[in-house]
Amino acid sequence: MSSKTAASLLLPLEVDSLCFRVERDDLLKDISVTVDSAGITGILGPNGAGKSLFLRLLHGLLEPASGEIRWHHRRLDKTIRRRQALVFQKPVLMRRSVAANIDFVLNSSTRSRQRRDEVLQQAGLYRQRSQPARLLSGGEQQRLALARALATEPEVLLLDEPCASIDSATTLQIENLLQETSARGVKIILVTHDIGQARRLSDDVIFMHDGRLLEYQSATTFFDSPSSPQASAYLEGRIVI
Amino acid sequence: MQDFSDAFGLAFSLIIGGDPDLIEIIGLSLRVSITAVVISALVGFPLGALTAVVRFPGRQTIAVILNASMGLPPVVVGLLVYMALSRAGPFGWMNLLYTPAAMIIAQSILVTPIIAALSRQVVEDMHHEYDEQFRSFCIPTHRVIGALIWDSRYSLLTVALAGFGRAIAEVGAVIIVGGNIDHLTRVMTTAIALETSKGNLALALALGFILLILALSVNAAVYGLRASARRLSYA
Amino acid sequence: MRLLVKNTLVAAALTILGSGQAWSTDTSIIVQSTTSTANSGLYDHLLPMFTRETDITVNVVAVGTGQALKNARNCDGDVLLVHARSAEEKFVAEGYGVERHDVMYNDFVFVGPPTDAAAIASGMSALDALARIAGSQSKFASRGDNSGTHKKEMSLWKETAIDPTRGSGKWYLETGSGMGATLNAAVGSGAYTMTDRATWISFRNKQDFEIQVEGDDALFNQYGIIMVNPEKCDQVKREAAQRFVDWIVSDTGQAAIAAYQLNGQQLFFPNAR
Repeated sequence: MSSKTAASLLLPLEVDSLCFRVERDDLLKDISVTVDSAGITGILGPNGAGKSLFLRLLHGLLEPASGEIRWHHRRLDKTIRRRQALVFQKPVLMRRSVAANIDFVLNSSTRSRQRRDEVLQQAGLYRQRSQPARLLSGGEQQRLALARALATEPEVLLLDEPCASIDSATTLQIENLLQETSARGVKIILVTHDIGQARRLSDDVIFMHDGRLLEYQSATTFFDSPSSPQASAYLEGRIVI
Repeated sequence: MQDFSDAFGLAFSLIIGGDPDLIEIIGLSLRVSITAVVISALVGFPLGALTAVVRFPGRQTIAVILNASMGLPPVVVGLLVYMALSRAGPFGWMNLLYTPAAMIIAQSILVTPIIAALSRQVVEDMHHEYDEQFRSFCIPTHRVIGALIWDSRYSLLTVALAGFGRAIAEVGAVIIVGGNIDHLTRVMTTAIALETSKGNLALALALGFILLILALSVNAAVYGLRASARRLSYA
Repeated sequence: MRLLVKNTLVAAALTILGSGQAWSTDTSIIVQSTTSTANSGLYDHLLPMFTRETDITVNVVAVGTGQALKNARNCDGDVLLVHARSAEEKFVAEGYGVERHDVMYNDFVFVGPPTDAAAIASGMSALDALARIAGSQSKFASRGDNSGTHKKEMSLWKETAIDPTRGSGKWYLETGSGMGATLNAAVGSGAYTMTDRATWISFRNKQDFEIQVEGDDALFNQYGIIMVNPEKCDQVKREAAQRFVDWIVSDTGQAAIAAYQLNGQQLFFPNAR
C-alpha cells in the first residue's frame, strides 16, 4: 500500500459549522473549512485561540456541540481515528523502556522487532532503546512520542505544538522528520504558535483567533498578505486581543 | 513491666535458637498470607482497574461496596467461611475446614476488597494521565486495563503490601476456619492468642515481636524495590 | 516478574488442592475439645503415644465446650472431648453422638486476689462463697460463653437463687471468652473467677492470685468423650475415631492420663469404666 494514495484516501477534510462549548462557554464558534491538499497544514494563532481544541475535535477525542467533521466524506469515527495519529504537546510516555513504548502501539499482527528498530533509528533513539522512556531528555521524549505515532503508519499525522518546550537542535530534527514524513505522502496538520516554524514547514495555513477560524490560505499568501487585521497584527508580533 | 524485658530476651533466644516449632509457624503464616495476597491481587488488581477505567452502570455502587468492605471484621469473614466450608455447609464435601486452604480462602476474602479499592485509586490516577493518548491510539479496553496495571506495578506492589499487612496480622478469621491446630493450622497470630490464654504473656509478646520483625522485613524489601523502580522512573 | 506471578499462581493452586487432599486421607481425625485439656498440655502428652501406636494423627480444635458441641453438630469433627455432662447426654440423645464415655475428672476452684474483699477464703462452700461475692458486690469474672465451666457456674448460681446477671457490667463481668482470657481479665481487674484446676495450675499469669475455694463436692468436674455419629455425619472417619475413643478409655490411655503431671501435680484423674 503506497502511503501517498493512502493519505489522499482520507482527504478531503470537511468541517461544517463546528461549535464546541464547555458549560456555557463557546470555545469554538461556527468553524467551516475544507482542506483538500496534501502536504503540511499549519494551524496558527495566539494562545487561547482554540487551536488545540480544534485539533482534538479533528481527531475525535472531543465531541462537537454542533456541526460536523468529515474525512473523505465520512463522519469521523473510530476507524478513521485509527488511520490517524496525534502527538501531544506534552508527550505521554509509558513507564517502560523506549522500545516497549513503540511495541505497545504496534498491533500484534504487525509487531516486529525490525519495524520497531527502524522507527527508533529514524528518530535517532536506537541507542537508547532499552532505557526507561521517562528518563529521556525533554527533546528525546518528544522524538519518541513522534516515533511512536509514526510507528502506527498513520495516513494523517496531527501535532499539537510538538516543539513548544524543546531546544533548537531537537526542533530541527523533528522538523526534518516531519518533512520526510510529508514527502512520503502522509498528511500533516500542525498546531504551532511559532511563526518561524509555520513558515518553514507549512504548505497552507489556518489562522484562528478567539475560537473562530479567520483565514485559510496557502502559506505564501498568508505570510505575504494576510487578509484579517488580527493575522497581520499576529504576524507583526503585536499582541492580539 | 517485667514481661517486656522478658519478651525481648525470649524473642531473641527463639530466633537465635531456630526453634523448629517457631519456624514451622512462621513458615505457615507466610505461606498462608502470601498466597492469600497473590489470589487477592489476581482478583483485586483487575477489579480495581475495571472500576477505575470503565464507566458502567453500578460502578459507583461497586466502589462504595469495595471501600466499605475494607473494614470487614475478620471474625465475620471467618464465620461466613466456616459456615460455607463446614461439613454441614454447602462446600463441606471439599473437606477444606481446618486446613491451611480454608485460612487462605478467608484471608483472600478479607484482603481482596482492600487491594481492589486501593488499586482503583492508583489506576485512576494513571488512567487520567494516559487516557487521551490511549484513546488517540484506539487501544481496546482490555489492553488499557492491562497496560495500566503493568505500568503501575510498583505502586500496586505497595497496595499488595497493605493487604499483606492485614492478612498476616489478623487472627479472627484464621482461628475460626483453621482451628489453631498444632502442626497443621497454627500461625503466628493464633499462637499469640493461645499463649495469651495460657497466661504466657512474655512468650505471647515475644511472638508478637517476631511478627513485627517479619512485617518490617517484608515492608523493607518492597520499599527497596520501589525505590530502585523510582530511580528508573517506573514508579 | 511475570514468571514470578505465574509460579506463585501455580503454588497457590497446589496449596488449595494439596491441603484438601492431605486431609481426606484416613490417618487423621479432628477432635473438638474443651480448652483446659489443650492448654494444660495434656494432649501434648497423650497424642504422641496414640499416634505412635496407631499411625493416626489427631488434630485438636480447642474451643469452649459450647462451641465444640456446636461445631460437632455441624459434623466438623470426628470426636468430642468436653466437660458438660447434661449437654453431652443431650447431644447423644439427639443422635449427633454415638455413645458417651466418662474419661476423667478434676475439680473447679475459685480464685481471687489476696485482699479477698468478700472474705470467701475460709473453707467455705461454693454456694456460700457465691452468695458472699454477690452480697458484697465484689467483682466476679464469668466466662459467659456457654462453655462447660460457664454452664457449671450458672448451675451453682441457680442453686443460690441469685441472678448475677442483674449486676452484669457492674460487679458481674461476663467476658464471653475462653478460660485463659477470662483469667487474664480477672487478674487484670482484681475479680474473683471460677476455673478448672488444670487450667489454673498451667496458667502462667497468676500474679498474686490464690485459690480461695476448693474441695467442695459441688465443684466436681467430669470430662466425657463421644464419637460423632457417622449416621448423621457421613464424613466421620468411623474407624479411626473409634480407635481413639477406645484408646482413651483403655487401660493404656487411662494410665497415661494419670501419669500427666505439671509442677509436680496431677491434673486429671481417670475414671472411665
